[in-house]
Amino acid sequence: MRGVRWLLLKDLQILRRSPMQAVLLVAYPILIAVLVGFAISRGPEKPRVAFLNEVPAGTRITVGGAQLPSANVKGRICSRVECIFVSDRGAAEQKVKSGEVLAALILPANLVNKINSLSTLTPGVPEVEVLVNEENAVKAELVDDRITTLLAQANLAIARRIGTEGGRYLNLIVNGGEFKALGGSFHILGLRTSAKILEAVTPALPPGLQGPMKEVASFAAQARDNLDVAKPLIARLAQPIKVGKVVVGGESPPLEIFAIAVAATLTLAFVVVLLVAGSLALEREENAFPRLTRGLVSTSGLLAEKVLLGVSVGLVVTLLMLFGMQFFVPLELSRIGLWLVAILFSGAALGAAGAALGAAAREVRAVSLLAFMLTLPIAFLSLVPSGAVSPAIFDAIRYVTALFPFKPALQAIAAALDETGPGIGGPLLHLTVLFLAYALIARFALRRFAAA
Amino acid sequence: MEATGVVKRFGSREALRGVSFKAAPGEQVAVIGPNGAGKTTLLSILAGISKPDEGEVGSTSGEVGWVPQQAGLYRRLTVEENLLLFARLEGHGDPRGSVEEMLELTGLQERRGEIVARLSGGNQQRINIAVGLLSRPAVLLLDEPSVGLDPRQRSRLWEFVSALADRGTTVIFSTHDIQEAERYGGRLLVLADGEALFDGPPAELREAVRREAPEAADRDFETAFVAYLHHRGH
Repeated sequence: MRGVRWLLLKDLQILRRSPMQAVLLVAYPILIAVLVGFAISRGPEKPRVAFLNEVPAGTRITVGGAQLPSANVKGRICSRVECIFVSDRGAAEQKVKSGEVLAALILPANLVNKINSLSTLTPGVPEVEVLVNEENAVKAELVDDRITTLLAQANLAIARRIGTEGGRYLNLIVNGGEFKALGGSFHILGLRTSAKILEAVTPALPPGLQGPMKEVASFAAQARDNLDVAKPLIARLAQPIKVGKVVVGGESPPLEIFAIAVAATLTLAFVVVLLVAGSLALEREENAFPRLTRGLVSTSGLLAEKVLLGVSVGLVVTLLMLFGMQFFVPLELSRIGLWLVAILFSGAALGAAGAALGAAAREVRAVSLLAFMLTLPIAFLSLVPSGAVSPAIFDAIRYVTALFPFKPALQAIAAALDETGPGIGGPLLHLTVLFLAYALIARFALRRFAAA
Repeated sequence: MEATGVVKRFGSREALRGVSFKAAPGEQVAVIGPNGAGKTTLLSILAGISKPDEGEVGSTSGEVGWVPQQAGLYRRLTVEENLLLFARLEGHGDPRGSVEEMLELTGLQERRGEIVARLSGGNQQRINIAVGLLSRPAVLLLDEPSVGLDPRQRSRLWEFVSALADRGTTVIFSTHDIQEAERYGGRLLVLADGEALFDGPPAELREAVRREAPEAADRDFETAFVAYLHHRGH
């Protein structure tokens, strides 16, 4: 294995002699990795929505003749989207047409009156107006989803407020208390107290009136008990279905850590696969392979040198990237030992895969193209979550991605970066199996082309 | 260097059909023949790069150096870096000393720091040969060493190779250039369709032509050689 050291030195010299190639080899995957990382970790920016509120200031929803406190619908909407306040309908239309905003939301002047009419004998239909510019299908879908969600949230906020107030009034009717309305305060006796009074005065009444009075007292008690039961029912009407999320499997690290793991694995995969495959193909392109394998170095030694080259350069580049990411998302530096283990195992498996590719091709350019054509789709397939495609397709994706070291490398690096994810043992074992399999394939391919 | 009954098959095609020959120390043997005759296959087997299906090859006097047709050099490394790499891979005790020796032998001391890709074809071939000589071989195999060289570069190359033979190195080279084979090959091994048709000095080949194709006997050596091959059914 004495030759491995000198060949490694030679490959590093060649890499240093080609600064443009070296920079591209490192910069390009980092660029892709960072872009993918950001795309995954950051949700879409808040959409810009023009907001026109024509409801007169101070108008409130009233229940039973009393005004409800503000449900802060505007605040709730504007926390979800970037509200661009406009003064009239023309300005709203213009902003939608020009594409400055995704849509315009207009609350008409009679909106609150229409809501208030819901509790009368002549209920109206409260409506808000949404102006959209559906210039393409994706945008139309996005606007529909966003606006539907926003209005559902606004409806929920109003329903909750009405429910709360309704409950308060029921409480007043049942238990009694002070009721403030029209600038004054009124004392409400309440069903509970009424029933007690009726029970107290019944014995003093003439026998002929005691029977009917007992019936009235009984009704007051029944009404009190049943209205008490109605209170939670009204509260639930605002949100009849409550979401109870139970995680039954598939532990995962926080999204930003997963994004960094994706970025790091993409960088490592591109650097290692391209470098190993390219440098092995270069031995053939430079016509040095037969000279080397005439006894100067064994085919196993040559493969070991290429994998070592890929792992060394991949380790440095990936660590640099992770330390760079540290500025944006704090990582647990105490886990650096696990980072190294994950990168070394991943690099070795990816390097063996690169060697198998490099052994199969004759030219550096061809093998570089092959490495890109294989690594990129496998990387993207590895990110497809279950449920996003049909079960049959997902099973096929699972089998395909299990044959290439990207996915286990991603799992190992994610596990090394954060302890909340799944364990690192399984992915390391998977990587070891893939390393051995690809090393065998590479050795067989090298012997085949040595004999050719 | 000796080869006995060497047979090599690629699938159903026989590239070499029982070729035998011997080369003594200091001898210069030219392997000639038309395209597909088996010249490169024979040299590859003598170099140990591929194995014969039948027959035996061996060198009784020591290492066999091999110079491939296309320079097996790293074009982005300098002349010195290439020589140093191969000297280290050969396991030389003093690799830098060996590099100096090869630079002196090839006359490329002043160009030691130049990237190989920037050298002329002739100089690249000299480095290619120097790498082949690093193992201090008793036998040097050269596969079409003068391809792509201009006459001046060819002349310098053969001057260099002849000097090696004068020092006792057995030189076996393949070539398409019949004049070159006649001039620099002390012995000629004629191959056609994997068969050894002739093994002897150029003057004997002339005699063979005179006997078998008398109409071409007084023509130039290349024409006479072609007539000879034609007469032998190739």
